[in-house]
Amino acid sequence: MSTELTDLRLYRPPIRRTWWLHRRSYLMFVLREVSCVFVAWAVVFLLLMINAVHAGEDAYQRFLAFSGNPWVLVLNIVALAFVLLHAITWFNLAPKAIVLTARGRRLAPRAVAAAHFGAWLVATVVVGWIVLGGR
Amino acid sequence: MPETITMQVTRYRPDTDRSPTIQEYAVPLRKEWAVLDGLNYIKDRLDGTLSFRWSCRMGICGSCGMTVNGNPALTCGTFLHDFAPGPVRVEPLTNFPVIRDLVVSIDDFLRKLPTVRPWLIREDETVEDVEFLQTPGELDNYKQFSMCINCMLCYAACPVYAAEPDFLGPAAIALAQRYNLDSRDQGAHQRLDLLATPQGVWACTYVGECSAACPKGVDPAGAIQRYKLTAATRTLRSFLLPKGAR
Repeated sequence: MSTELTDLRLYRPPIRRTWWLHRRSYLMFVLREVSCVFVAWAVVFLLLMINAVHAGEDAYQRFLAFSGNPWVLVLNIVALAFVLLHAITWFNLAPKAIVLTARGRRLAPRAVAAAHFGAWLVATVVVGWIVLGGR
Repeated sequence: MPETITMQVTRYRPDTDRSPTIQEYAVPLRKEWAVLDGLNYIKDRLDGTLSFRWSCRMGICGSCGMTVNGNPALTCGTFLHDFAPGPVRVEPLTNFPVIRDLVVSIDDFLRKLPTVRPWLIREDETVEDVEFLQTPGELDNYKQFSMCINCMLCYAACPVYAAEPDFLGPAAIALAQRYNLDSRDQGAHQRLDLLATPQGVWACTYVGECSAACPKGVDPAGAIQRYKLTAATRTLRSFLLPKGAR
């Protein structure tokens, strides 16, 4: 009986709508969650480009003109920032999830992160070589 | 150093108040005094009606967690002089219903904790007849997670728990991992059904504040991310491998 009375009188603090502005880590968390929208846009943009390349010279020229629109340019710059935030925080998370042991000792978390960033660098160089110079 | 410091303490008297108010008290500012000493001074000398939980005064019992100047902290390990000249704001832990003043209800956690089976589960022999040897390496696998004192600071720091009260939460999952990673335990598959759910590890979006708030160096965020990989691997294996090889 007494428990029921106490339950009735508990004070439950409301959650403020701006809770995520009060701490840097909360803000970064919300920005990272928002970044998924821009990651999706980056994928859509890439698919549009591939479609244009597939459709021939005229379609590709139209795609280039579309890409040159100031609003598309601004959107892509913002998207790039968010995609970088997404990728960097994702790779920094990797050592938390992946715990490797070698010869009875735990591999340093930095090594796991470094392997991810290294693989990213290699992929970037390969893609850059194909796009820019590897004809 | 000034002789006193102002403590702004949240008061909530359920029999008379509809919502909490702030009351100010001037307490002596001494180098060796923690926030908890200030609260005890108020209770003993200034206002005997102030309610708060405490016990050991040395960061072992996990009773005196409160919000100090906006951050979840053990008041026995948070010193007044770090906030000089003040004021120091002392509020109840966030994300929990307040019973009175600085006392919160942790019934929700106490309901969830046993559901993750935080004890050694053996399937093949009775425990009392056997001595289980463990190497230092095997001890290191889970020791960090065994340091949890259930102080609830991680729940207070977690915005996911605030938004989704069904979330098992950082400490309960870290304690499940404490047993999953113990070489003597054989109950990992029993915990999987609860941990690998939308209310379990998948609710966590890795804010990381639980690990930052922990006064005992436990890394609940790490435990959860690690278990996500375990759960994903197990699910993948159950799709790809025949039953005997999982």
